Amino acid sequence: MTPTLDLLRPGPRTSLQDLGRIGWRAMGIPVAGAMDRIGLGLANALVGNPPGTGCLELTLSGPLLRVAAESVRIALAGPARISLTKTTGERRTLAPDRSWRLERGDLLEIGPINGSLVAYLAVEGGFAIAPLLGSLSTHLAAGLGPLGGRTLEAGPLPLCRDNAEPGPERRLTRPLPYGDGPIRLVPGPQADAFTPDALATLLSSCYQVGTRSDRMGMRLEGPKLRHRGQADIVSDGIVAGCLQVPGDGSPILLLADHQTTGGYAKIATAISADLPRLGRALPGDRLEFRAVTVAEAEAVRRAQERAMQDCLDSLAPVEENGRIDLAALYRAELISGAVTGDEEPVAPPSAGTI
Amino acid sequence: MRPPHVISLGDTAFAIEYGDGLDPEPGARVAELAAAARKARQSGGLIGLVDLVPTLRSLLVVYDPLTASRAELEAALRTLDDATAQAAPPPPRRWVLPVCCDEAFAPDLAAVAAATGLGPDAVIARLCAPAYVVGMIGFLPGFAYLTGLDPALRLPRRADPRPRVPAGSVAIADTMAAIYPSDSPGGWHLLGRCPLTLFDPAWSPPVPLAAGDRVRFEPVDPGRFAALAATRPRLEPDPQR
Repeated sequence: MTPTLDLLRPGPRTSLQDLGRIGWRAMGIPVAGAMDRIGLGLANALVGNPPGTGCLELTLSGPLLRVAAESVRIALAGPARISLTKTTGERRTLAPDRSWRLERGDLLEIGPINGSLVAYLAVEGGFAIAPLLGSLSTHLAAGLGPLGGRTLEAGPLPLCRDNAEPGPERRLTRPLPYGDGPIRLVPGPQADAFTPDALATLLSSCYQVGTRSDRMGMRLEGPKLRHRGQADIVSDGIVAGCLQVPGDGSPILLLADHQTTGGYAKIATAISADLPRLGRALPGDRLEFRAVTVAEAEAVRRAQERAMQDCLDSLAPVEENGRIDLAALYRAELISGAVTGDEEPVAPPSAGTI
Repeated sequence: MRPPHVISLGDTAFAIEYGDGLDPEPGARVAELAAAARKARQSGGLIGLVDLVPTLRSLLVVYDPLTASRAELEAALRTLDDATAQAAPPPPRRWVLPVCCDEAFAPDLAAVAAATGLGPDAVIARLCAPAYVVGMIGFLPGFAYLTGLDPALRLPRRADPRPRVPAGSVAIADTMAAIYPSDSPGGWHLLGRCPLTLFDPAWSPPVPLAAGDRVRFEPVDPGRFAALAATRPRLEPDPQR
């Protein structure tokens, strides 16, 4: 029998995502992919998968799942509440940002995600689902992806592996390199299509993430940005991070599911290092912006990648019986000095720490 | 034509822009540079290049800032652009697409005929006369923007966009024609229906048309439309024209 993870309740907007459907933009085929590449990378690393393996992207809240395999190793990257119910009826709370080995019949319920729009659930070995144009990513507007290109519905998700070797499990021991402070922008490609004070307004104002945001774009509420002439341009290519401004003057920051071309002037582009942070932003969050050069943006991205690699290299083993591996903690502390020790797996973390 | 200039899209892309998109010549230069860049990548050059998107006035160059820098790639592409500007362009591929303008498939034919002062037959004749140039593919997978529409058919987009335009719809707006490859919302004027598939993820490549190709519409009657729609033969370039 095919090993599966059975989605009993899919969650509000759960979809399969990886690093995107890359290389097809000239045919109008959008990239899609994870809103938060850092979260996707962590979830995969915790279960030992290659970095771009397809995961479940959970939005706002997660699914209710049952394990229909001998055993499976899972990890949830992101601040969500996870509860496990064994077939014996025993219940416990599981910490996120570490791996867990589950057994047949285990029920896993992933509750609200606190402080991030998205979280990622990885399974060791990945899902046994054929990629479409080289990717498991789901583009909701075009209905493009395996499983019909839709958000997931209740049903079985086939797994590549029927069992997971016993431990050690792995846990995150240092903060992920999301960055902080103002979101960094490179002015252009059409900054000259706006009034001279529009860029200054963007860089000196506070904008709020609008409720009509989705995987295609984040609507920003704040001071309007005025065009010198028409808002419409002859359509040209766009990438995630572009801040396009329609005629009403309210900017839209394009995200993972953006179309490949667009006909509105774009005043600036958020740098790639800040896209994971933007992908996690919730309606109501406040954003400020700061201008950088292309060369600065490239350097920031490379530094972020090195910091991410350091995070993944320092994932610490956890002993399966629930005790903290003191030796591993000590090693991690020697490296990072950032171990908090508050994720001890037996004692469920209090609501405030999840 | 003004010399190309380069505009920034953050640290993952830049665009080499040739004009304002209203002149047909920049589109040809874009397609040529895209072809040359693909060739260079196939032979191991342009490390860090992720994707190329030819558009009506520019070539979008998407790169990976972890393996390339904007400065390096921009310099390499400028050199390539100088070389392609000297070379004779390869002959474009040509396609003939059947279109049925029966009233069931042409809900806006009467309105376009009225707005342009041309009769319905003249609208169809003018739609099917030009050899269009695929200016770019965007908006939807396989949505080809066709430049070269007869100026007599130039109309603004509909004031009330339709929530659902059926797949295959042949449509016009402003200076362009297009075919909707899948059902989608749309504000263009619908003048007919093409029975062939323009995007299928199971094909290689999944979209047969590419920027720089030439496209002509060939009117077909409802019987021929039904026969083609039933078998959906794969679109092949026309070797004759």
